[in-house]
Amino acid sequence: MQETISFTPQLTAGAITKILWLIPAVPIVASGLIALMKQPRRKTAAALSIGSLGFSLLLALAAFGHVVAGWTHAQAVRETVNFTWLQFGATNVDLGWVLDPLSAVMLVMVTFVGLIIFIYSTGYMAHDENFTRFFCFLSLFAGAMLGVVIANSLLLLFMCWELVGLTSYLLIGFWYQKPAAAAAAKKAFLTTRVGDVFFLLGIVWLFAQTGTLLFYNNGTGSMEAGALTTLLAQPAALGLTAASAIGLLIFAGAAGKSGQFPLHVWLPDAMEGPTPVSALIHAATMVAAGVYLVARVYPLMHAGALAGGTTTALTVVTWVGAFTAVFAALIAVAQNDIKRILAYSTVSQLGYMMAGLGMGGVAVGMFHLITHAFFKALLFLGAGSVIHGCHDEQDIRKMGGLRADMPLTFVTYAAGMLALCGFPLVFSGFWSKDGILEAAQHWSVAKTPFYMLVFGALLTAFYMTRQVGYVFFGHWRGHKPAHESPAVMTIPLAILAFFAIVLGFIGTPAWPWFHAFLEGRAAGFHTLLEPELMTVMAVSSVVVLLGLWLGLRLYGGPAPKPEDPDVLQAAAPLPWAWLRDRLYVDEFYNVTAIAFYAWWARVADWLDRRVWGGVVSGVAWTFRQWAHLNRFIDMRWVDGSFDKSCEEFNVGGGLLARVQNGRVQTYLRILAFAVVALAAILFWSSRP
Amino acid sequence: MTPLAGYLLVAALLFSIGLAGALTRRNAILVLIGIELMLNAANLNLIAFWRYGPHPEALTGMMFAIFSIAVAAAEAAVGLGLVIQIHRHAHTTDLDAMNRMKG
Repeated sequence: MQETISFTPQLTAGAITKILWLIPAVPIVASGLIALMKQPRRKTAAALSIGSLGFSLLLALAAFGHVVAGWTHAQAVRETVNFTWLQFGATNVDLGWVLDPLSAVMLVMVTFVGLIIFIYSTGYMAHDENFTRFFCFLSLFAGAMLGVVIANSLLLLFMCWELVGLTSYLLIGFWYQKPAAAAAAKKAFLTTRVGDVFFLLGIVWLFAQTGTLLFYNNGTGSMEAGALTTLLAQPAALGLTAASAIGLLIFAGAAGKSGQFPLHVWLPDAMEGPTPVSALIHAATMVAAGVYLVARVYPLMHAGALAGGTTTALTVVTWVGAFTAVFAALIAVAQNDIKRILAYSTVSQLGYMMAGLGMGGVAVGMFHLITHAFFKALLFLGAGSVIHGCHDEQDIRKMGGLRADMPLTFVTYAAGMLALCGFPLVFSGFWSKDGILEAAQHWSVAKTPFYMLVFGALLTAFYMTRQVGYVFFGHWRGHKPAHESPAVMTIPLAILAFFAIVLGFIGTPAWPWFHAFLEGRAAGFHTLLEPELMTVMAVSSVVVLLGLWLGLRLYGGPAPKPEDPDVLQAAAPLPWAWLRDRLYVDEFYNVTAIAFYAWWARVADWLDRRVWGGVVSGVAWTFRQWAHLNRFIDMRWVDGSFDKSCEEFNVGGGLLARVQNGRVQTYLRILAFAVVALAAILFWSSRP
Repeated sequence: MTPLAGYLLVAALLFSIGLAGALTRRNAILVLIGIELMLNAANLNLIAFWRYGPHPEALTGMMFAIFSIAVAAAEAAVGLGLVIQIHRHAHTTDLDAMNRMKG
C-alpha cells in the first residue's frame, strides 16, 4: 500500500536538472545529423548514435547520483524546470521537465539498455543496406523515449509519446519490402492510436478541470494536492470522480502502448521488425512507457483512496493487468516462433507490472519494469543471436541442440529465461514478481488476481522451458549447421545477463532499497522470516519449480521432428488450436471492429457519391443555370443596349465625318457661309 | 476727295471676287491668287479706315498694311512651296484630288 511520500520542496533546481533536457535532445540531434548524411557512411552513423546515447547515459548517471545524494531518510528529491510554451488570453500552457527518483531510475535504465542494444545492433545489422537509416530511427526513438521519461507536463509527455509511436512505426516497418512488416507497422500505429484518442481526451479533461498540465509545480501542478482536491470534488458519470475518470482515460492510452488486453494485438505482430528493435522497443523501453505513464499519474489514480483502500481506476488497472498476464501467458504456450513467444511473454509481464501498480503502488510496478527491461532485452537479443546463428530461422521446431553450437548464447539466454520465470532467490525476476504477488495477496478488494498471477507464473515457467527445450536441447533439426554470433553481439548479452541476476538484490524484501528510494523512505534491513512473506515466496518458488519440471518433462528430451505435432497438441488438439490461433482476438477484431469500419467506409463512400455528391452536383447545376441566365441577360440586355448606343455614336460619327471630307474648298465654303452668317447676325443685332 | 464708302465698296468687290475665285477654282494656284485678292481687300480697308479715321497723321494704318503685306508674301511663298511639292508628288494641282492626309 502506498504511503504518503514527502518530497523536498524545490527552492532552486540543481545544475544537473537545468541541463536535463540535453538527455533527450542529444540523441534527437544525432538522429537529425544522421538523416542528413549520405547513406554509405555506416561507421559515422553508428558512432554518432552510440556516442550520443553514451553521453545521455553519463548525464543520466549524474542525475541519478544527484537524486541519490539528495535523498535523506524521510525525503526524496524532486526538482522541476518549467517554462511557458503557449499563451492565449489568460491561459498558459506550460511545459517542463522533472528530476525525481522515478524519472532518474527510468533515465538510467533506458539509456543503459538502449546503449547495449545499439552496440549489439552494429553487429546484427552489419549486412543491412539501410544501416544508417536504422541508426537514425534508433536515435530518434531513444530521444523520444527519454523525452517521455523527463517530461513534467502531460502535454510534453504526449508529444514525445507520439514521437515514440512514430519511430516504432518506422522501425517495425523497417523492412517495408516485406508485406507482413508493412502491415504490422500499420497495425501497431493504428492500435496504439485507439488508446491515444482516450489519452488525449483525458489530457483535455484534466486541463479543463485544473488549468494546468504540469505534474509538479510547487503545489499548483495537476498531480499535487490542490488540483487533486478539485478533481475529487468533481463527479463524473457512473459514480466516478473526475480524478478516476481522467485516470482511466489516461490508462487507456497506457494500455495501448503497453499492449494490455484488448489492445495487445499489435505487439506480437511487431516482431516483424529487426530483432534489436524488438528488444529495444517491444521489450525494454517503449512498452514500458505505458507502465511509466501510469506510475507518473499514480497520484491522480490513487487520489481519494480510503485508508488502505483502492480507487476505481486502480481496480480497473489491476484487473486488466492480471487478466492480460494470464491471457498472454496462455497464448505463449502454443506459439512456435521464437520471437512471438517472447512477445506474448512481454504482454504477460506488462500485465504483471500493471497489476503491481494497481495493487502495490509505484515502487512494486516499477521494480518489475526495471528488472524486466534487462532480462527481456537479454532474451530478445539472445533470440536475435539464435536467429542470426540459424540463418534467419525463427521456428523453434526447426532448431534444437544449440547448447553445444552456441554456448555463450545458451548460458546468457538461460540466465534471462530463469530471470523471466522467476527462479527462486538468485534471479531478479523472482524478487520483482514476488513483490507483485505479495501486494496481490494483501489486496483488499479480491483474492482472484493473486491466483491469476500465480497461475501466470506457472505458465511463464512452463512456456519458457518449452522454448529453451526446443531451441537449446535435443538435436539439431535444421538444414545448415548453426554458428555462434560475433563478440559484438555476445558481450552485450553477457552484460545484460549479469544485470538480470544482480538487479534483484536492490529490491528484495530483506533490503528494499529500490522501494525506499522511489518512495523517499529510509532503506532499512528487514527479516525475511515473516510467515506471510515466507508463504508468498514459498508459493512462488513451488509454482516456478513445478512449471520448470513440467516443461523439462515434456520438452527436455530429444525433441520430435518439426513435422510431428507438439506433445500438448497430441494430448488436447482443440484447446491447443485455440491457443495457437491466439484465442481468435485478431479474428474477432476482423469480424467486428474492422468489419464495422469496412462497412462504415462503404456507407461513407455511398453517402459521398450519392448524397453529398448529389448535393454538390445539384448546387453545381443550379449555378450553371444561373450562369446561363446571367449570360442571356448580359447578351440581350446589357450588351444590346451598349451595342445600340455604340451604333448611334457610330452613325453620328459618320455624319460628322462626311463634313470632314478632306476637300479644302468645302471647309472654305463653310467658313464663308459662317462669315456671312456672322456678319448678318452682327448687322441685325446692332440695329436698334 | 472720294468718300470712304467708295473705298469700302471697292474693297468689298475685291473680297467677293477673291472669295468667288477661291471657292470655285480647282487649281490650287488660282485658289491662292483668290486668297491674295481677299487679303488685299482687307489691306485696302485698313488703309481707308486709317486715312478717314481720327488720327490720319499717326501712320498706324500704313504700318498695319505693310505688316499684312509682308505676312501675305510669306504665306504666298509657303503656299506656293506646298503646291510645288504636292505637284511633284501627285502630279496634279487639283484640290479635289487632294482629300487625303496620307501620301
